[in-house]
Amino acid sequence: MGLTPETSSASGDAATRTLIAPTPRGILDPRTGKPIGADDPTFLAINDELADKGFIVTATDDLINWARTGSLMWMTFGLACCAVEMMQVAMPRYDVERFGFAPRASPRQSDVMIVAGTLTNKMAPALRKVYDQMPEPRYVISMGSCANGGGYYHYSYSVVRGCDRVVPVDIYVPGCPPSAEALLYGIMLLQRKIRRTGAIER
Amino acid sequence: MTDATAVLEHAQSLRDRLQALSEKIEAGLGAAVVSATIAYDELTVVFDPARWIESLTFLRDNGFISFIDLTAVDWPAREKRFDVVVHLLDPAANLRIRVKTDADDMNPLPSAVGIWPAANWFEREAYDMYGVLFSDHPDLRRMLTDYGFDGHPLRKDFPLTGYVEVRYDDAQKRVVYEPVKLSQEFRTFDFLSPWEAAKYDLPGDEKATKG
Repeated sequence: MGLTPETSSASGDAATRTLIAPTPRGILDPRTGKPIGADDPTFLAINDELADKGFIVTATDDLINWARTGSLMWMTFGLACCAVEMMQVAMPRYDVERFGFAPRASPRQSDVMIVAGTLTNKMAPALRKVYDQMPEPRYVISMGSCANGGGYYHYSYSVVRGCDRVVPVDIYVPGCPPSAEALLYGIMLLQRKIRRTGAIER
Repeated sequence: MTDATAVLEHAQSLRDRLQALSEKIEAGLGAAVVSATIAYDELTVVFDPARWIESLTFLRDNGFISFIDLTAVDWPAREKRFDVVVHLLDPAANLRIRVKTDADDMNPLPSAVGIWPAANWFEREAYDMYGVLFSDHPDLRRMLTDYGFDGHPLRKDFPLTGYVEVRYDDAQKRVVYEPVKLSQEFRTFDFLSPWEAAKYDLPGDEKATKG
């Protein structure tokens, strides 16, 4: 585990000595010998401007887009097995919270709804109700074959043939189920879409 | 004793115990037992629907206290088109039994909820999926299908795609039901290799010259 016994410990028995973690050094960029991002031109320019003038000038649109893409709260709408991959994307390995993409249990405080799984006829009015409760601007990610177009259950008597029949969809993530990486890519595409659309009014 | 002979002896003892159980049921219920067969080391007993509750109570009082499953099978060609199938477990003797009776969609079968309360949701599901009616059931509502659903989806004469589909109507601001409209019909594939198994002529075969 990278833990080393404390050398100055008085007790002689190696098995009972306290283990201490090494001092964190951060991830160093082999090119510069400094932490990764230390020579990022954007950060350097912002740093220079702050040091020089004490304030930063930017466009409102850019600021709003930056805030919007960086704090997308998602409504968890786990309907089937895709929800397991949706949970996985929020777990430490992929950790979408580092993109500011945090789960919310309430539609009234969320910006994105991930439709993860088979949308049945019985669930469709509930899905629409949750969507209607979300504040503008709101986005929908359709995750997996079933949400995209019915998938395996396309010809079933009880399944909606694509959740875009009920709510407008921004990003379709294919797969059955899509891997957590695929969903993460979809999330980043949604952020790019918001950045490109670049308007206060959607 | 090797492992193989141990397995064989265990299987034989299971068959013996099932045979004894089968004889015990026939002795206890007499004419209520229509047939009793042991196949694949599993005992299946068919009961007379008129003595359904009496038969199930007899099984419950003789160790089968654990209710596993209740469902139905549709045989559209038969006059009484449904088989109602119940699986039971005797946890003390570690024995399982499959119990069947027949039913139709008009005359209700007496409910087993009074014998095993666990039968409640299973009978609701059998009613929902097949339309088998159960009398004296405390709450015989639909279980799985949509609110206001019409038909019984697991019947053989129910079309796979059903009759209605849903869509959000922007003008009415609500989810509406419409008759099913498929852009592509459902197709069945035989999944046979055209090089080996197909016995029919493939399109274009007539152009090939023999020999």
